[in-house]
Amino acid sequence: MSGTSGGTATMRVMLHVWRQANPTAPGRIVDYPAPDISPDMSFLEMLDVVNERLIEKGEEPIAFDHDCREGICGACGMMINGAAHGPMKLTTACQLHMRSFKDGDDIWIEPWRAKAFPVQKDLMVDRAAFDRIIQAGGYISAPTGTPQDANALPISKPDADLAMDNAACIGCGACVAACPNASASLFTAAKITHLAVLPQGQPERMKRALAMVERMDLEGFGGCTLFGECQEACPKGISIDAIMQMNRDYMVASATKVEVKEWAGSA
Amino acid sequence: MALKLDARIPSGPLAEKWDKHRFEMKLVNPANKRKYHVIVVGSGLAGASAAATLSELGYNVSCFCYQDSPRRAHSIAAQGGINAAKNYRNDGDSVQRLFYDTIKGGDFRAREGNVYRLAQVSVDIIDQCVAQGVPFAREYGGLLANRSFGGAQVSRTFYARGQTGQQLLLGAYQALEKEIARGGVTMYERHEMLELVLVDGKARGIIVRDMVTGEIESHAADAVLLATGGYGNVFYLSTNAKGCNVTAAYRAHKKGAAFANPCFTQIHPTCIPVAGEHQSKLTLMSESLRNDGRVWVPKKAEDCGKEPKEIAEADRDYYLERKYPSFGNLSPRDIASRAAKEACDDGRGVGPGGRGVYLDFADAIKRLGRSAIEERYGNLFEMYQRITDEDPYERPMRIYPAVHYTMGGLWVDYNLMSTIPGLHVLGEANFSDHGANRLGASALMQGLADGYFVIPYTVGDYLASNKLERVTTDHPEFVAARETVSKRTQRFLEINGTRTVDSFHRELGKILWDKCGMARDAKGLKEALAAIPKLREEFWRDVKVLGTGEGINQSLEKAGRVADFLEFGELMCLDALHREESCGGHFRTEHQTEDGEAKRNDELFAYVAAWEYAGEGKPPVLNKEPLAFENVHLSTRSYK
Repeated sequence: MSGTSGGTATMRVMLHVWRQANPTAPGRIVDYPAPDISPDMSFLEMLDVVNERLIEKGEEPIAFDHDCREGICGACGMMINGAAHGPMKLTTACQLHMRSFKDGDDIWIEPWRAKAFPVQKDLMVDRAAFDRIIQAGGYISAPTGTPQDANALPISKPDADLAMDNAACIGCGACVAACPNASASLFTAAKITHLAVLPQGQPERMKRALAMVERMDLEGFGGCTLFGECQEACPKGISIDAIMQMNRDYMVASATKVEVKEWAGSA
Repeated sequence: MALKLDARIPSGPLAEKWDKHRFEMKLVNPANKRKYHVIVVGSGLAGASAAATLSELGYNVSCFCYQDSPRRAHSIAAQGGINAAKNYRNDGDSVQRLFYDTIKGGDFRAREGNVYRLAQVSVDIIDQCVAQGVPFAREYGGLLANRSFGGAQVSRTFYARGQTGQQLLLGAYQALEKEIARGGVTMYERHEMLELVLVDGKARGIIVRDMVTGEIESHAADAVLLATGGYGNVFYLSTNAKGCNVTAAYRAHKKGAAFANPCFTQIHPTCIPVAGEHQSKLTLMSESLRNDGRVWVPKKAEDCGKEPKEIAEADRDYYLERKYPSFGNLSPRDIASRAAKEACDDGRGVGPGGRGVYLDFADAIKRLGRSAIEERYGNLFEMYQRITDEDPYERPMRIYPAVHYTMGGLWVDYNLMSTIPGLHVLGEANFSDHGANRLGASALMQGLADGYFVIPYTVGDYLASNKLERVTTDHPEFVAARETVSKRTQRFLEINGTRTVDSFHRELGKILWDKCGMARDAKGLKEALAAIPKLREEFWRDVKVLGTGEGINQSLEKAGRVADFLEFGELMCLDALHREESCGGHFRTEHQTEDGEAKRNDELFAYVAAWEYAGEGKPPVLNKEPLAFENVHLSTRSYK
């Protein structure tokens, strides 16, 4: 440990950060030393400290997306030493703490890299493609009204649990960033699986799979070749079993020529 | 210049009010709905559910959020659950009981009519969410599971692991995306509302900044809905997301919307304690943990430094169980928070700085087994371990209260309309249902009740009852509002002082936490009222915002929010100073019983304090809406 502040040991790290002023400007890596970092800081709190110092020096702070800082909103996300969300498994960047690093470490910080996620500024990317995949069919058409009583539709606990496992996706984009093909298969498949294992999801199941997969391809995400990097990077531990479910439903839907054109979701 | 505060509560018996009102309200002809344009600001539970539902009905909707996707709104972080009077457990629940628990939990400072309606529609919410595919927890028989929550003796809370808010929000978000695809809703992500526009006294639009291009845009509509959440971030450290802010609500307040009960803020008892100066936000550990966790501190101050397992059972003070035997660890939030503060003030707090108490699962693990605890709270335990580097299966959690929710908000009538015609306020942003203290698992209930089941009716009634001339964004009011926003933006950039926006925010937060936090007194509040204007003056003289108004500028975004917090914080203290009683989350140390419990003053303060903006540099005007209790007996809240 390189020093003390207020009685606790602190560390010094060297940041190498991707800086890019806007979507069309060229980007580059800029080095920032970060002394006096407490191991109890979250990774984003460390960036806050670096940014405060930059502002005081008259330099523009590093732009990065973040909001809840408790690992659930999915806003934050960056490549940290080449790994999506950094070295801790099942952990978003906001929940990563500096105790995962050592005094004197070099830390390389870059935005998600994918054609479908253009960089907006520094570490911020545009993930609107994810919303458009959901628009294509990632829902159950149940307009607000007076549906049947919730307990009129029993759902076995294993099915409910499997739905929940997949519904846990936070839409952060780590799966895309980690994939050598920049595929959005895990994201898309998680939603398809969440809804496909529930009885409420059956009427639209085939159309949903077809429309969402087509939309995913249209957005410029790559194809899935089952590297499994997505599963490793997913902070919510979503299994690539979901991709099997997606492929199966997509194949059945394609084979039975489900008519998607008439369906609003494919627009 | 006092406002006329007409709550417009329908007449008749409590249980029949909403039905009667629904029949009496005017309807908009289906073919005419698409001619009406409704703006929804915010895409959390209230905003997304309202935008989706209004679009399903046929209205033309524009929805705005500051995040990069509507799915990220802070409702997503709610952990524990959502209440509904389903009585699936056969344990004595009913609409009447949920109504009563909510009124009592709010320390008799909420409106009977609104709260009863909330309890009534609670049952529809669960049905609607299940129809959308929300994966609520289930029993092996396939039916929905329930858990207990603070302030209730029945088990009425529905949940989806520790991620209930996420799942309910994704349900509403998916409905919203469905409507976006259909063309009923136009979504504006990364857009922040900076001004409300009134034409002929009615809310007719908003001014927003496109946070990507920096462009200042005008949007006109027939009605404006604010679903912009609470103002907990005025304290800097809170469990709110970093972006949560009061700007939309405060800008509306400055245009004439009364702000009600701003001093009613909720301090949540179970959060992870502050670790150091760098702390940027606080993390909640769901109240549901109190179902199985036991709260304690050492009986003797000298034991505080010991490892918890070395402290003998007889030397532990399970203070909630001791003081409140019938509710024990499930006492309401305000009571549990204050009890933690008292224990720490008594020198018996644990962990760094002595600001923490233990939440211990050892008994529950012994009784139910580790796997049962993992099943119930696994994700929360993991989160705790990631943040603190301590294993809660082996060592009790350390927790401390933190700002979590704000009961106060813009004043609304029974139709959720503010004192500005056409401006409706939903969810946490309004003041209406939780009185002086919100019960756990009731925020999700209220957000969805407002968005799915109340506003779709009441907005229709407003549109059908008012003749609204067509307004375009070249109207002088829009031009003037846009000009105000541009000038303000320019001013932030031109100050070029020496201090960062965050440094001002932290300082404001500290003043408010110390003087207007868990316990308040006249002396401290007066000190805060003297300190805040000074800090505000310094902010406008010495803040440093780099860059330009074009493109992404996160410091500029923060500067606008903190500037509004610096005004709003003063209003909060003023309200806290004027309310010479203790109720719910508002604890005035001058007003307590002999054993330290909150002492309400129903004779003088059974009213809603609705503050009216009076102009730059002028003190706000207090308006009172008396609260009539015709169905419940005003009693001293007791959880003993």
